[in-house]
Amino acid sequence: MPESRLEVEALTKAFGGLVAADAVSFELEPGELHAFIGPNGAGKTTLVNLLAGQLKADTGSIKFDGVPITNWSAAARARHGLVRSFQITSIFRDFTVLDNVALAGQSRQGHSFGFWRAARNDPALRDPALRVLDQVGLASRADVPAGALSHGEQRALEIAIALATEPKILLLDEPMAGMGPDDSERMIAFLGRLKRRYTIMLVEHDMDAVFALADRITVLVYGRPIATGAPAEIRANAKVRQAYLGDEETAAA
Amino acid sequence: MKDIARNPAAIATFVLFVVIALVPIVAPLIGYGFYVNVFARIMIWSIAAVGLNLIMGYGGMVSFGHAAYLGIGGYTFGILSYHGIDNGFIQWPLALAISAVVAFVFGAVSLRTRGVYFIMITLAFAQMVFFLGASLDQYGSNDGLIIYNRSTFDVGGVGPNLGDRVFFYYLLLALLLLVIFICWRIVNSRFGMVLRGTKSNETRVHAIGIPAYRYRLVAFVISGVIVGLAGILMANLEKFISPDMMNWPRSGELIFMVVLGGMGTLFGPVWGALAFLLLAEILSSFTEHWHLIFGPLLILVVLFGRGGVLGFVERLNPRHA
Ligand SMILES: Nc1ncnc2c1ncn2[C@@H]1O[C@H](COP(=O)(O)OP(=O)(O)O)[C@@H](O)[C@H]1O
Ligand SMILES: [Mg+2]
Repeated sequence: MPESRLEVEALTKAFGGLVAADAVSFELEPGELHAFIGPNGAGKTTLVNLLAGQLKADTGSIKFDGVPITNWSAAARARHGLVRSFQITSIFRDFTVLDNVALAGQSRQGHSFGFWRAARNDPALRDPALRVLDQVGLASRADVPAGALSHGEQRALEIAIALATEPKILLLDEPMAGMGPDDSERMIAFLGRLKRRYTIMLVEHDMDAVFALADRITVLVYGRPIATGAPAEIRANAKVRQAYLGDEETAAA
Repeated sequence: MKDIARNPAAIATFVLFVVIALVPIVAPLIGYGFYVNVFARIMIWSIAAVGLNLIMGYGGMVSFGHAAYLGIGGYTFGILSYHGIDNGFIQWPLALAISAVVAFVFGAVSLRTRGVYFIMITLAFAQMVFFLGASLDQYGSNDGLIIYNRSTFDVGGVGPNLGDRVFFYYLLLALLLLVIFICWRIVNSRFGMVLRGTKSNETRVHAIGIPAYRYRLVAFVISGVIVGLAGILMANLEKFISPDMMNWPRSGELIFMVVLGGMGTLFGPVWGALAFLLLAEILSSFTEHWHLIFGPLLILVVLFGRGGVLGFVERLNPRHA
């Protein structure tokens, strides 16, 4: 059972006049799968960037297992187990699939100041990498250049890289982005298997996925959380229906 | 082995090294003795290009200031020699250490920037070193300094010295192969994977928990030391140092050699140095306006010859066609 917790307090980030994160406070409880939904441009990716360290917050604080990490670099956060995936696939395109995952595993095994021994046939890197690829169904594609994978496969690799770092907390930014229904369904099933193995923040557009997977849901609108609760509460919340779900239903109708 | 036998680039590179090894034996016999010097120069530039390729081809760092390390290697050797210290066991480690320290300082600052800014700041640092060299009145300032003694490596009165032309030549060949071997180990090591990762996608390197900066900096220092070595060798070969060896056109030529040969390949820089220096040698024997042909030719190769010389040979392989 995962024990890591993230406490976020009054996190704020503005781009010029645009406040993309507006005093956001919430917690990721140990082992929970906490979903974040909200319309395009609500600030979901910005929030992930702030938590993972790609962006520095203007104000506010982040605590990881009680330790303030607000001023830590992205690398230091990931090193301690706070690891993200990207909405826009961010892989090593000219590496093989296996090397993508092996490099992430390398990071978990301490510093990489090994100058002499070949990394590629080091079982200490290969074996765990292959196990992760097996989990996401890419084992048979291990030696293919990552850039040559299909979109769905690249999305799977995107997650595999994050998993290979042996994270404590996973921040997943729209893992289903751009996927067809079949791939999406497979990804939802896979995320279901990750649940309870990590503390997870899941940013997702796909409502079916969110309501199927989440323990709690936070709704973000204009950089501000307008509601947090169990899926049933969120579904019933008038404010949410009006601001977000309602939009979708009218759009779908 | 079978794979190598079917790989035209590997065959061509093997043949090239056989030719290089035979030059001091064959060239004088057929009346082309001066080609021994040409090939010695090619090997020295190859070492420098291999050094630059480590950060440029594998790490995506386009340094426009690597001539600085040619100068630092050359000047450290030259100045010691001028003061009567000919012992290579003193000259070389000192020159390499100074190269390392300077590369560390320049790299530490330059690597805070990216893209065009990185190119400009490495250039600016190198020109600082150039002007420093040009201001050393005692050592010939702009005109440079003639060096009378090459490095000696005797221990108790016996041992080789670089005054022996053939010994020097084969030492160059051995050092070139050694530097390539070292780079081969490095780029395939854990460190090398991080270095390549930063070229491919630096954001993701950070996101998986690797602080890219320190790895890039170490690569920059190793690269500077290798080019520093080339500087020692160059000054030994020419028995001459001048600020010109660290002026910005030399940095540009190094970049050209790396691109010309095929970036991010182990032997590409050797092909690049060979093509660059042979072309210059041959064209300049036809016309004194050879630069007018040479420049555009280089640009055409860079624009249309993807992967450089090695890439071209590679495409001759029917399996890749
Ligand atoms: N680097 C940036 N510079 C300026 N504006 C940005 C930047 N990143 C995001 N934004 C803006 O912040 C808002 C939130 O964007 P984002 O976090 O990507 O939303 P979401 O992921 O919820 O779709 C958008 O209006 C977007 O245009
Ligand atoms: Mg987004």
